[in-house]
Amino acid sequence: MRQPTAIVLGIALAFGAAAVQAQQNRAEVIHWWTSGGESAAVKELANAYKAAGGTWVDSAIAGGEAARSTAINRIVGGTPSTAAQFNTSKQFHDVIDAGLLNNVDEVAQKNNWDKILPAPILNAIKVKGHFYAVPVNIHMPAWFWYSKSAFAKAGIAAEPKTADEFFADLDKLKAAGVVPLAQGGQPWQEKILFDAWLAHTGGSELYLKVYRDRDAGAVNSPAFKKVLVSFKRLKTYIDAGSPGRNWNDATAMLITGKAGVQIMGDWAKGEFQAANQTAGKEYGCFPGFGPKSPYIIAGDVFVFPKTTDPAQIKSQHLLADTFTSPATQVAFNNKKGSIPIRTDVDSKGMDICAQTGLQVMKDPSRQLPNPEMLVSPDVAGVLQDIVTKYWNTNQSADDAVKAIALAIKG
Amino acid sequence: MPPTRRGRGLRHAAAYAALLPMAATVLLAYLGTVAWSVRVSVSSSRTLPIGDFVGFSQYTRLFASERWMLSLENMALFGALFIVGCMVIGFLLAVFIDQRVKGEGVLRTVFLYPYAMSFVATGLVWQWLLNPELGLQSTIRSLGFPNFTFDWIVRQDMVMFAIAIAAVWQASGLVMALMLAGLRGIDDSLWKAARIDGIPTWRVYLSIVLPMLGASIGTALVLLSVGVVKVFDVVVAMTQGGPGLASEVPAKFIIDNLFGRANIGLASAASTVLLVTVLAVLAPWLYSRQRSSRQAGAHS
Repeated sequence: MRQPTAIVLGIALAFGAAAVQAQQNRAEVIHWWTSGGESAAVKELANAYKAAGGTWVDSAIAGGEAARSTAINRIVGGTPSTAAQFNTSKQFHDVIDAGLLNNVDEVAQKNNWDKILPAPILNAIKVKGHFYAVPVNIHMPAWFWYSKSAFAKAGIAAEPKTADEFFADLDKLKAAGVVPLAQGGQPWQEKILFDAWLAHTGGSELYLKVYRDRDAGAVNSPAFKKVLVSFKRLKTYIDAGSPGRNWNDATAMLITGKAGVQIMGDWAKGEFQAANQTAGKEYGCFPGFGPKSPYIIAGDVFVFPKTTDPAQIKSQHLLADTFTSPATQVAFNNKKGSIPIRTDVDSKGMDICAQTGLQVMKDPSRQLPNPEMLVSPDVAGVLQDIVTKYWNTNQSADDAVKAIALAIKG
Repeated sequence: MPPTRRGRGLRHAAAYAALLPMAATVLLAYLGTVAWSVRVSVSSSRTLPIGDFVGFSQYTRLFASERWMLSLENMALFGALFIVGCMVIGFLLAVFIDQRVKGEGVLRTVFLYPYAMSFVATGLVWQWLLNPELGLQSTIRSLGFPNFTFDWIVRQDMVMFAIAIAAVWQASGLVMALMLAGLRGIDDSLWKAARIDGIPTWRVYLSIVLPMLGASIGTALVLLSVGVVKVFDVVVAMTQGGPGLASEVPAKFIIDNLFGRANIGLASAASTVLLVTVLAVLAPWLYSRQRSSRQAGAHS
């Protein structure tokens, strides 16, 4: 009899304690970080918030789309969470326009976000002079990863500095009997490859003219067509099993030395880590061709749904404040595989790829927003359809140009 | 003692009261949400529902979309392959089990088992099996047939066939179960009569038994047709609509636009079109069923 009583008492006490704590800066946070590395990363955010005197209520929902639609449904339904994750993009701009988000101007001004944040991120979170989201990381979706053993087998001594050198290396890899380019044949991965190719071979200016200015002249220019043609040339270096392949299966081809190069976001590091490989030892990374290559910026933010409850607003501000502090930034991003949103942090604990990324970020002229920050989710989706069709069929570059010109008008 | 008029009225009232929650659910949850979707489909809604009215511009955009038209074509092709495949294989399996084979219980479970599993898992296995670098093709090539080719899943023109194979594998067990129930309902005396007349077994199945399975066939067809219209999981698990747009289907178009592309106006227009399609398929079937039951009533 004694033991059950003790258990009941313990449970009652635990609930009682939780109920008392829940009064203190309770913050319910919706996010989609559910995989092993991701949930370890989000724990860093939660711990930082708890250390700052808050109570973290975790609402993890698997899958970005599911998490975002839950957040939006709850906002529309009138029972929003304290904060909700979105990508650094235009995904939440409709919600801002509808007046359903609180701004965090107070925290932004106190911490001088205008100075410390890179311009592409500022443009994504600052609407009509107000800050509507707190950025937590920078992901670069178009890193070049390569297997050192495959490069050695093909006799490639140095990382390529130009697109021509890159093609020459791909040829060497092919001759050595490895799959030159490990490509996951899913539309979003093909779009990443295309964006990387546009940025690296077409240049930042053309990239921005197409995505930011929606300039039909730029789309119809010979330079853009050249990008499309050489993009398609990459297809001659993939294997027959590419269509439908998941990105991590493509990364595994590098890990086992079956393939040479993969162009993918920095989340690929997690796969190498899980296979006990170290950057600079078994695999290498470079963000583009040469020392001036553009660096595409993507990432995650948290938005704060509208509320007039002063306690909730206080929690929202506390969240924004702790998420962006230098110590939290380093702890979180080391686990997440991304790099901090600010460059004034201690980079000693980071791997060499992250250190390279942080170094690149110090040069604002190399920063390039990812397309999702420049076009609406709708247009981004249509562009993805066009790219995947062009990549997978015999469609001519001219027809693809026509389709893209039509899509960016919309 | 016969119930009084008043007593019967009260009993009816009680029955209606008991049905009320169900009726409310149907009206609000089903018809209400359908009406809501149709309403959203004539607005300019993007991430959030907006109450404006833009006429049929979402529908115009929908039918101008190459991907949507391709999705409809793919659905039609998949539907034909899937329904014919399931019906033929399901019927043959049922006939096979109907021969009073040994271990019938085990076989029935084995054939029906795929239907009980989620395509999210089995689709992935099919993806690997059909992948030319990992699955069947590379295995058979390594066995000493270097020219063996089976790469449907990565080919623009054949990918829907690859998906249909996996889908038929999953659903033919269900058809088998339905058909088997029908076969078991056929009276033994019929078989005896046929045997006395010396009619070969296959002929009995084809000319006598099959026409008697009308109800089972109808049920199977309706279930399979619904499966065709809402086909989604098998595509997402196996190809994600690729290579390119070659295996896109309407349900995936709707989900993509509803969530990922923040385009609920267009997604609602697409689902309205899909609903109309389903009604167009179901209406003749319901009508003919009603007519035949009325005729049967008149004869008796």
